[in-house]
Amino acid sequence: MATVVSFNKFLFEAGDIARFTGRFFKQWFKPRYEFAEFIRQCFVIGYKSFPLVGLTAFIMGLVLTMQLRPSMVDYGVEFQLPAIVGIAIVREIGPVITALIFAGKIGSSIGAELGSMKVTEQIDAMEVSGTNPFKYLVVTRVLAATLMLPVLVMLGNAISLYGAWLGVNIRGDTSFKLFWTQVFDNLAFNDVIPAFIKSFFFGFAVGVIGCYKGYNSSKGTEGVGHSANSAVVVSSIIIFVIDLLAVQFTEVLGFN
Amino acid sequence: MITAIKQEVHTDKPLQADQVLVIRHLYKSFGNNHVLADFNIELKKGENVVVLGKSGSGKSVLIKCIIGLLKPDKGNIEVFGKNIPDIKSDELDKIRAKVGFLFQSNALYDSMTVRENLEFPLRRHWIRVSQDEVNNMVLEALEDVGLVHTINMMPAELSGGMRKRIALARTLILKPEIILYDEPTTGLDPITAKEIIELMVEIQKKYSTASLIISHDMTCVRMAGDRVVILVDGRCYANGTVEQLTQNNDPKVKQFFE
Repeated sequence: MATVVSFNKFLFEAGDIARFTGRFFKQWFKPRYEFAEFIRQCFVIGYKSFPLVGLTAFIMGLVLTMQLRPSMVDYGVEFQLPAIVGIAIVREIGPVITALIFAGKIGSSIGAELGSMKVTEQIDAMEVSGTNPFKYLVVTRVLAATLMLPVLVMLGNAISLYGAWLGVNIRGDTSFKLFWTQVFDNLAFNDVIPAFIKSFFFGFAVGVIGCYKGYNSSKGTEGVGHSANSAVVVSSIIIFVIDLLAVQFTEVLGFN
Repeated sequence: MITAIKQEVHTDKPLQADQVLVIRHLYKSFGNNHVLADFNIELKKGENVVVLGKSGSGKSVLIKCIIGLLKPDKGNIEVFGKNIPDIKSDELDKIRAKVGFLFQSNALYDSMTVRENLEFPLRRHWIRVSQDEVNNMVLEALEDVGLVHTINMMPAELSGGMRKRIALARTLILKPEIILYDEPTTGLDPITAKEIIELMVEIQKKYSTASLIISHDMTCVRMAGDRVVILVDGRCYANGTVEQLTQNNDPKVKQFFE
């Protein structure tokens, strides 16, 4: 019985999220445009996430290289290390890890911010002040998250490869030029473009889920905490689901 | 059923010239909870009306219906002669510019300074207004509540009473003709509560605004209410001046004034 109830709840919530997303598409191109708020959100969501994304990307590139090295040495293909690390980072690890970090930082902050605005009647106050709160708060944040995550993924990938170069050179000796030549020789547009496109979807998912959870927060401080928490959990799961769908698409379209 | 009620509403007394708000036969329910059932009220220009009722009696629902944040199930809410449930969002925004709303929790924007909080409704309602005019209006509103020195502070740095005053300044900045107060003294100590009520009365006299005050605080009722409406079971149970209601022997009225 409990399973049926929770499945029912899941379906209702999925329907609600779909309606919320529909509302976003209905409203995002209609005037009045909240351009200033959009730019402010790009700064908050994109620029302010950069140090965290950069640090995690650097560590990830370095550690991944060091972990791969022993196996590569065993097979005698140590010289292929830059190539394999490059492909792994650009195709999969870069976008997914960056998106998960982004979900943790931005998803929770959007969920908590909109949740507390809802609980303290700030969203109602906006509506009374002649502002469409959905446009001002939700549309700007979702657009900013959608556009900023791909930029962060690109920057994260680059920083990660610098980390990988350091990783290669801890035990071995590969020149900077040789490292980058090997990385780029083994990367094709087929590797870069699908990963770039899927990061827009990751960003969109984080934005929509964060806003949905915050905007529909229940009364009280517990509701705000729940919004922030579930925004991260749900958007992280959705990132993996999108990743799964993306790999199927690229497979079907012959990009793999 | 709805047509019948509409006809009944239109056959009611016509709107008088000095009436800024008229509510007739208002119904609002949430599931089986009938919060408002056939509620009627009128508000004249420059008049202070207090709606008195127990917690959960639907007072906040009433003013949220007036400002268009909630849609009533049935009935008319005429603000300046326009029926709020029927009008489009553009027109609703124009009416909202003339109706101030003081939220129970103040609803100051946490991420903005006091100045930005006050500028927000100005910029949203009147797009073409110069920076000098905006500055003057912000300062004037802050002077009215005696808090000019807080202009660059964040809401989190202010005390409860100060936050209420800033929220009042934000409500006043558009020079509204009606102000709706949602429990203005809740969560304040008796001395600060009294100061806020005095400020409300002062502002009402200065700008001759009409006020609809939702409260269960008897100090507020005695100090600010020209007329008191008692809300019981979703209806306007009693209506009169504070003196009249104090002398009333009905047990449901008496319980508020004891």
